[in-house]
Amino acid sequence: MAETVRRRGRTGYLLIIPGALWLLVFFAFPFYSLIATSLYDPTGSDFRGYQMTYAFGNYVDVVEAYWQPLLRSLLYGAIATFFCLVLGYVLAYAIAFKSGRYKTLMLVLVIAPFLTSFLVRTLSWKLLLADDGFIVNTLQLLQVLGDDGRLLATPFAVVAGLTYNFLPFMVLPLFASLDKMDYRLIEASRDLYGNPVVSFFKVTWPLSLPGVVSGTLLTFIPAVGDFINAELLGNTNTRMIGNVVQSLFTDANDYPAAGALSVILMTMILAMVLVYVRRAGTEELL
Amino acid sequence: MSQAADKQAVERTGGSTTLGKDDHTTYDGLRLRALTKSFATFTAVDDLDLDVPRGSFFALLGPSGCGKTTTLRMVAGLETPTSGTILLAGDDITATKPYQRPVNTVFQSYALFPHLDIFENVAFGLRRRKQKNVESEVKEMLDLVELGPQARKRPAQLSGGQQQRVALARALINKPEVLLLDEPLGALDLKLRRSMQIELKRIQTEVGLTFIHVTHDQEEAMTMADTVAVMNKGVIEQMGAPADLYENPRSTFVANFLGQSNLIDGTVVGRSGDVVTMDMHGTPVSVPAGRSHTASERGWIGIRPEKVLIGAPGEALDAPGNTIPGGIVTDVSFFGVSTQYLVRMPWGQELQVFQQNTGRVTIFRKGDAVELSWRPEYAFLLDHAQDASAGADKVGADG
Amino acid sequence: MSAVQATGSTGSTGRRPAAKPPRRSPFAWLREHVVLILGILVLAYTFVPIAVVVLMSFNEPISEQSKIYEFNGFTLDNWLNPCEDPSMCSALGRSIEIGLLATLLATLLGTLAAFALVRHQFKGRSTSNLLIFMPMAAPEIVLGSSLLAMFVAAGLAGQLGFWTIFIAHVMFCLSFVVVTVRARLAGMDDALEQAAMDLYATPAQTFWKITFPLVFPGILGAAMLSFSLSFDDFIVTNLNSGNTTTFPMYVWGVSRRSVPMQINVVGTVMIVISLAIVLIGQSRARRQAA
Repeated sequence: MAETVRRRGRTGYLLIIPGALWLLVFFAFPFYSLIATSLYDPTGSDFRGYQMTYAFGNYVDVVEAYWQPLLRSLLYGAIATFFCLVLGYVLAYAIAFKSGRYKTLMLVLVIAPFLTSFLVRTLSWKLLLADDGFIVNTLQLLQVLGDDGRLLATPFAVVAGLTYNFLPFMVLPLFASLDKMDYRLIEASRDLYGNPVVSFFKVTWPLSLPGVVSGTLLTFIPAVGDFINAELLGNTNTRMIGNVVQSLFTDANDYPAAGALSVILMTMILAMVLVYVRRAGTEELL
Repeated sequence: MSQAADKQAVERTGGSTTLGKDDHTTYDGLRLRALTKSFATFTAVDDLDLDVPRGSFFALLGPSGCGKTTTLRMVAGLETPTSGTILLAGDDITATKPYQRPVNTVFQSYALFPHLDIFENVAFGLRRRKQKNVESEVKEMLDLVELGPQARKRPAQLSGGQQQRVALARALINKPEVLLLDEPLGALDLKLRRSMQIELKRIQTEVGLTFIHVTHDQEEAMTMADTVAVMNKGVIEQMGAPADLYENPRSTFVANFLGQSNLIDGTVVGRSGDVVTMDMHGTPVSVPAGRSHTASERGWIGIRPEKVLIGAPGEALDAPGNTIPGGIVTDVSFFGVSTQYLVRMPWGQELQVFQQNTGRVTIFRKGDAVELSWRPEYAFLLDHAQDASAGADKVGADG
Repeated sequence: MSAVQATGSTGSTGRRPAAKPPRRSPFAWLREHVVLILGILVLAYTFVPIAVVVLMSFNEPISEQSKIYEFNGFTLDNWLNPCEDPSMCSALGRSIEIGLLATLLATLLGTLAAFALVRHQFKGRSTSNLLIFMPMAAPEIVLGSSLLAMFVAAGLAGQLGFWTIFIAHVMFCLSFVVVTVRARLAGMDDALEQAAMDLYATPAQTFWKITFPLVFPGILGAAMLSFSLSFDDFIVTNLNSGNTTTFPMYVWGVSRRSVPMQINVVGTVMIVISLAIVLIGQSRARRQAA
């Protein structure tokens, strides 16, 4: 293929400016606003207005008040990402190498469930995990759950919901990197190492790392910030950071605290992503 | 390459036609004058002069990176020359846009429009120029390339060879002044390639258009073209009929790039009339003056391996003139039609010898003592300042 | 060393058929297909809630008092009276309206930006790339709260509603459009446009006859992605909506009270429509390739 020649001149600016301006005004600038808001005088309110006092103390206050949901979000996000990785890898591997001529069909089926409303499908988990539902009854019969044990309104339900809802974000990048792989490599390693387990960890897994990295990021980031699952499937003890930010903004109208929490969340995610990406050695992702 | 050699190359090419400002308007072929294309870090085409006669099948041959494709793209209008002019049938087209030139290209990747069927691909140029009789002309052209039944298929449904023919038909139908072919057979396998070479040649003869064929495959260039220009590092090394280039190369690059050559160090002993007498490591040999391309005292005596005869010491070989004793066979490869020998000469150099297996010749074995011999009229003499291994790395050029 | 192992293992495979009976045990079959079976199980798991959605769309309504969300009997009422709660249908209409408008603008701006990034050289290219990447890397709660913070700071807290939702949706759809169209454009062979120019097409003809038709599937895909992102968004929307209610917000609201079964009708229709679009697209693509 011929090398792409990029044209110079005015046209490039004319094409990029509308979109870039939109993102500048409605994404970059708001983020600056968010940081500013997080430093407002915490005693202000909607009625009296806020004053910029560079109140860095806000950050200390919110961490003291909300360190639990903050840590819980990271924990739930990480666990859900792990489950997504396990389930997603099996599914992506099956589609990439074992599906034969049904490859496209299976790919369509991976996306299909997620084309319906996020909230509606999360509500159906509420039904599935309900106290008198089929799953709970079966588990009680098998003595996995105690007689008054439950699934709904537990951390299990929240993590299960997160795992379910973000699964395609894991499957698609995994599939993309597995599908690019030459299956003969796996066959060659079977020939050389004999053992399928060894050849998986020596050949398949390392070659699929780019997919693993982008899949885990695409799953982890939205999972940490999500609060729909925590709200619909959890209880007051499973509140995640998203719930807190949301209610501080809309119910409590405590903008500085909400802003500070958001900034903390964003910073933590950015830091973790950078460390993770550098560790995984796939910086070209960014 | 040295500047002197550059200049020489230009002179040589210039010498093949009469140069003059006045005949620019009367020349009906393609004429490139002082064409140069420089990129940020290197000069792809350097002060190139070239005349392509109307109706000829012209091959631009050279290793990858020699500037042949850049030259082609400048003629097509897809690259803007840094300096120089392009004249087509007397008109200066240097500054015109690609869609304003009566020039069409067969791209290396074919560049068939994937969303249009074969018929519409071929009709594309006619439709852009609002031509009449599109229907019948396209049909006729598809018949010429034997693709009539495939008219309503998409490019992706055709084989590589068929796609190649669509690309050719799509360009040919416009009856361009010049048809440019950029390595058009590069993506085909060897067998298909040979049959497409014959096909291309047939079509060119049939339509009588000027074809400029860019390739790095010397066999392809020699079998198809009337005129071959060998290009190297942005300049034309030598231009002429394939047989002339092969038999009488003027530079070590051409000698090595077109086929194989033995190049042996020698000193001029005397020049008299039409013969140059040389001392080649103690053996006197002669080279015809018309095949001597150096004026200096030292030179490379060149001889093609199939022109060299091999025999046991003292055996009477059918070659009056240059006989060199004292060789030892170091390697024998049996090819069926021929046997190829490597013979170590007394001065340490290994020479190549190809011997036809006529059935009457002795096949020597490794370690045998032999004598080599060739007719003086087959030898050529090259400038000693040139690198004796230039152009020899053809495998690399192919990749 | 590996060569020795290779020969060793090839040797053993060569011997195996002789040692084992030709009929393979069900266990061997299972072992061979274990990954595929597991994969299909995972796939089946993703469809469980969908089955529930479809099933519940035929459910008798749940009484106001009952807090339990369960199946109590088959009925077609929900399908026959989808707008029994008019506020659901108006929320649905609003979501579609915002989705279409946001998709239109995001697709337009995103496509232009994709062309700029692939085809043009300009100052600020890498900054633009970063600006486009970041919204995709930020959690929705951060995007939403940032926008809200700005609207509040600008004194627009009372003006939140349809247009602020629209602004937010264009913002987060834009990046996805750029990425999708850019991939399509970058995958296009430059020689195609050069061939068109070579075949007497002016730059405008080249664009409309070659470039646009070839990029169009990418633009269409980007638009569909955009619409589904916008239609389904809750977190960003909820923060910037004021008193305006979209469909996901309606579901959120009723999930705390009693859930009208009509939301499952909407959920079923959504999946049917999307599946139809995807499958039609697939079969068209297959017919073109075959």
